[in-house]
Amino acid sequence: MEEVAVKPFTQDLLRRWLSPAVIIVLVLLAGFVPWLVNRENVWNLLYLICLYITLGQSWNILAGFAGQTSLGHAAFFGIGALVVRTLWLGGVPFFLAFPLAGVAAVAFSLIIGVPTFRLRGAYFAIATLGVAEVLRIIVSQNLPMISTISAVQIANYNLPTRYYAMLGLTLATMVSAYLLLRSSLGLGILAVREDEEAARATGVSVLGHKLLALVMSSFFAGLAGSMFAFQQISYYPSAPFNPNWSFESVLVAYVGGLGSLIGPVIGAIFYIFVHEVLAIRLVNFHQVIFGLLFIVIVLLFPGGLMEAWNRIAILLKQIWKKVVSHRKPGGQPL
Amino acid sequence: MNFENVIQSLMFGLFTGAIYGIAAVGLSLVFGVLKVLNVAHGELLMLGGYISYFAFAAWGLDPFLSLLIVIPAMILAGIVLDRVLFRHIVRQEGEEKIKNSLLVSFGLALIMQNLAITQFTADDRSIQVAYMGMGINLLGISLPYSRLGSLILALVVILALHFFLHHSLAGKAVLATAEDVEAAELAGINIHRVFMLTFAVGASLAAIAGTQVVLTYGISPSVGLYWTLKALIIVILAGTNSILGAFPAGLLLGVVEGLSGAFLGQTYSEVIGLVMFLLVLMLRPQGLFVRQ
Repeated sequence: MEEVAVKPFTQDLLRRWLSPAVIIVLVLLAGFVPWLVNRENVWNLLYLICLYITLGQSWNILAGFAGQTSLGHAAFFGIGALVVRTLWLGGVPFFLAFPLAGVAAVAFSLIIGVPTFRLRGAYFAIATLGVAEVLRIIVSQNLPMISTISAVQIANYNLPTRYYAMLGLTLATMVSAYLLLRSSLGLGILAVREDEEAARATGVSVLGHKLLALVMSSFFAGLAGSMFAFQQISYYPSAPFNPNWSFESVLVAYVGGLGSLIGPVIGAIFYIFVHEVLAIRLVNFHQVIFGLLFIVIVLLFPGGLMEAWNRIAILLKQIWKKVVSHRKPGGQPL
Repeated sequence: MNFENVIQSLMFGLFTGAIYGIAAVGLSLVFGVLKVLNVAHGELLMLGGYISYFAFAAWGLDPFLSLLIVIPAMILAGIVLDRVLFRHIVRQEGEEKIKNSLLVSFGLALIMQNLAITQFTADDRSIQVAYMGMGINLLGISLPYSRLGSLILALVVILALHFFLHHSLAGKAVLATAEDVEAAELAGINIHRVFMLTFAVGASLAAIAGTQVVLTYGISPSVGLYWTLKALIIVILAGTNSILGAFPAGLLLGVVEGLSGAFLGQTYSEVIGLVMFLLVLMLRPQGLFVRQ
């Protein structure tokens, strides 16, 4: 009797408090470890992880939740970077320019989304790819010079400030995605992903929900771009429009597990660590390996690392059950 | 701006459009038959361009002659890609199929681009033939031999493709598969062989365009996405159901870009294609060259 009463209680306790506990520990680690270690490469590594979590989650909101494939997240990222860099170097304080990056990215996303979301098929993906590439060409033609922050700004450059700003944005993105999933709007978005016709028949505005996902996604991608512009000392203005940013957003979301909240976090951590190891040894060739990895994931493990983990967990549970049932004396009734 | 300049930009638009056209017909063919969207089409074009470049650099082979090497090589590459990669996607259904084909070919594009950087370096390459800069001067309008050659080649290729599709058994099987896969299979067509053939033809069309790109513009590992994008826009302009209609749509895009480049400046000619794309989606989503 006692065992029956206690077991669900501990399981319930685990289920209810395990994930919040893990999240708190992770956030505390992200907040304090670099401060305690205080080495430049640690700050940079964690900064990159946060940047890719934000980008991956932004892509995940659009493709994982709403089922709309974007092949041009670099467009939103680049627009955010361009707007903030121009304003910031022009004398506008960063925190004022920062929200404008998101707004500019959203404006561009609507230009793509409004005409293409009415149609089925690959039109949205083509349009995002097109806008990103055209923006890259225009920016590289009109702004061919490297953009460098001023000497005063370099003198005042403080990496931890950049890191904590990035961490804040990442947390905001994660919380927004979480709240979206819990809201009725999130249910509508998921319904559109699962079956557009059925969603429309039950009174869900298909276009509205797709646009909502797009707005949220491009907003956070734009803000991530503004963080890039804030952190980099010098870069070519066309660099944030590089198609690699689009690819990496997709890869991070896919590696972790598309459509799950925690997927981009796992994907970003995995991607950055493997990237750091491979990039040193293989230079350009490491992208080939990531391309191959990506194709294998899409074709064979569409659920990413999350799915792989779930499969392993189920397998372990089965083995554990077998072991326990063997050990119990008289486990077999009758 | 005088009349001669307008005609001159129009002609150059037509020359560019011919290259767009061949590239787009290849993409449209693959999309029409396999129902997969190959975003790595521009990378196949790049590969064709590099083969042509190395044939010229090693043996001084003219880019029009090197087609004899480029086409068989790309047919082989197309067959390999179809067997290794696209066969797995063709099996899937509906929306999922399109989405996965986009993602997988996006990964393939990245692989090919980075392999090209490691193998061929990131330098710009171009072919300088002996007749470069020579041409006919017709009433003050200059028509370089190399560009005329591209246009004639494009027309020959399109005519050949037309005859292949409409007047040969294999071509008819391809068209039947494009129309209805299940009916084609029931009629005894080996659809997997059709898919393989189609992909090989699509890849060689991309590569033929590539030989002309390396002749007129030059080539580097990163040009793939640019040409994919042009081809995609043209396919949407023509309508996804119109395989050969992609060629006139390519000419149209080339001319519109040429004229807008002359009147508005080169930067804006890049935007024009995208604007046309969005307008067509809003006003005539079935495409310009599809009869209702």
